[in-house]
Amino acid sequence: MFDLDKWQEITAALKKNKLRTILTGLGVMFGILILVTLLGIGRGFQNNIQSSLGNFATNSTVFWVERTTKAYKGLPRNRFYQFTNDDLLALKKNIPELEHIAPDINGWSGGATHNTFRKEKKGNFRIKGTSPEMNMVNPVEVVSGRFINENDLKEFRKVITIGPRVKELMFEEDEDPIGQYLKVNGIFFKIIGEIKPLSNNMGNRDDIIQLPYTTLQQLYNYGDKFYVFLATAKVGESVAELEDKIFEILARRHSIHPEDRQAIGNFNIAKIFNKIFGLFNSIGFLFWVIGFGVLITGVIGVSNIMHVVVKERTKELGIKRAIGAKPALVVGQIINESVFLTTFAGFWGLVLGVVIVELIGKATEGSPNPQILNPYVDINVAFIALGVLVFFGVLAGLLPAQRAIRIKPVDALRYE
Amino acid sequence: MIRLQNIHKSYITGTNKLHVLKGIDLHIKEGELVSIMGSSGSGKSTLLNILGLLDNHDEGVYVLNNEEIKSMSETKAAKLRNNLLGFVFQSFNLISFKNAMENVALPLYYQKVSRKKRNSLAIEYLDKMGLKEWAHHMPNELSGGQKQRVAIARAMITQPKIILADEPTGALDSATSIEVMDLLREINQSGITVIIVTHENDIAHMTDRIINLKDGVIESIVENNKINHTESVKIPLQE
Repeated sequence: MFDLDKWQEITAALKKNKLRTILTGLGVMFGILILVTLLGIGRGFQNNIQSSLGNFATNSTVFWVERTTKAYKGLPRNRFYQFTNDDLLALKKNIPELEHIAPDINGWSGGATHNTFRKEKKGNFRIKGTSPEMNMVNPVEVVSGRFINENDLKEFRKVITIGPRVKELMFEEDEDPIGQYLKVNGIFFKIIGEIKPLSNNMGNRDDIIQLPYTTLQQLYNYGDKFYVFLATAKVGESVAELEDKIFEILARRHSIHPEDRQAIGNFNIAKIFNKIFGLFNSIGFLFWVIGFGVLITGVIGVSNIMHVVVKERTKELGIKRAIGAKPALVVGQIINESVFLTTFAGFWGLVLGVVIVELIGKATEGSPNPQILNPYVDINVAFIALGVLVFFGVLAGLLPAQRAIRIKPVDALRYE
Repeated sequence: MIRLQNIHKSYITGTNKLHVLKGIDLHIKEGELVSIMGSSGSGKSTLLNILGLLDNHDEGVYVLNNEEIKSMSETKAAKLRNNLLGFVFQSFNLISFKNAMENVALPLYYQKVSRKKRNSLAIEYLDKMGLKEWAHHMPNELSGGQKQRVAIARAMITQPKIILADEPTGALDSATSIEVMDLLREINQSGITVIIVTHENDIAHMTDRIINLKDGVIESIVENNKINHTESVKIPLQE
């Protein structure tokens, strides 16, 4: 494969006009550099948005109570109702597509004053009822201790998990909060876990105190009622269909008119996620288009130069053909040069692009609110880019090469 | 070796049609040393290009080495040129970025001869031309006569049957011209057919047979006395 003469020809042709070769190479280099950098940054954007979404189940939907808008079964319109814990059981039992379902119940916040006390420390935090299933829908990271479990729910235990802000305000830096007690709205709770929110969705913030939702219902005299719940569909199931089924069952259980969709508030989170992902896919696509465009400009530059090179070397190619070089060999030679120039320049563009993306990553690493997170160049993208370069290199050389052999050897020899 | 019958060739430039060769009949036997003479525009270079498969004829029959040449692919023509023919040009036509040895070895590259073998052969041929010490010099470091001898070595390396020389002495002084002509005669004596295109009388008279071309037709053929170059017999063309 390695043919010294071939390489000698290639380098001789390219060295003839070094500045021109370098400038042409730069065109391709910048093309691939811009493509790679854009794709790396696009990846960074996507990583950033994905990290802010955390592990929030993207196939989820949220339901809340509204007033009825239609009279039904002798009941008036504008009627108020509430979800019950039995609704949860009924939904779980009757809808096989349903994966997780979790009520979202808020406790009292202290309003303008404080709702949480410990020794001489006090604070005002969000109180939320939760369940192990909630942790599947909108997960948190357990820093130490454990999360609320089924037994906590069943036995109405007075246990809580606290967010980082709670720990910061209610404890000294070197104190371990696990096993300690907090007085929340006048009642003492034992801290069983320290958590860290993974996303900013659904008000999952740092200043949170979570307790078993059953405990919350009992202590706040909510009975078995609640207003909001989240549900997720099993993998591969349609969220919209799940919503229809949930509505149907809830409507039956609460004597709501089967067409009164307004009576139950519903929001398809999956749809929003899909929109966001769609947006990022479009941005990614746009980046491809721009990068590719610049790359093609560079390749056209190469083709242009190959045209000039072939023209300049018409006589030389004529001599070679006179002494026995076959047309295929001449074409191969020109394509070799073109591919060599594009891939060589493209390779350095790729290397430089990777370095730039790395530098962007390093620069944004420390920042508290980065727009770009962990940008990187996909190895597949790099290979695709190189493949594309070789392909375009062939293309860029093909047209000039065809021109070179269209001339009769006698005319090529006479060419000055 | 070469037989031409009623060869016509014209060039079309824009709306003008230039009839360059108007029916050439010629027979060149193996081992002959022939010159094609004529003033510029007589069609001698066109004839040589057709003989050398660098150009194709419009009409007539051309038989080269018992094979009729007509509308062949450029690939086939390249192969024939490489195996059968050797070219020597007025302007030497050496590849400027290759040294003398590489230039000489180039035709063998197209025959896929290994680098080592073709380079040693090239040195051998350069040695025959008395240029062994110049093997690694670039063309621009050589004199005109040296360049032409490199070109002759390049034409010879494939052991062709025919050497076609287009004004081989046109760019050389008279002393060097005679050297080059002696070289071509030597080659001819080894059995290779040599065809030289020239417009110089004394060069033509160093060959065995002179074909005088005028306005695209053969005006006369002169058989030279092989022993004494100055005595020659003019043979009129048969009507």
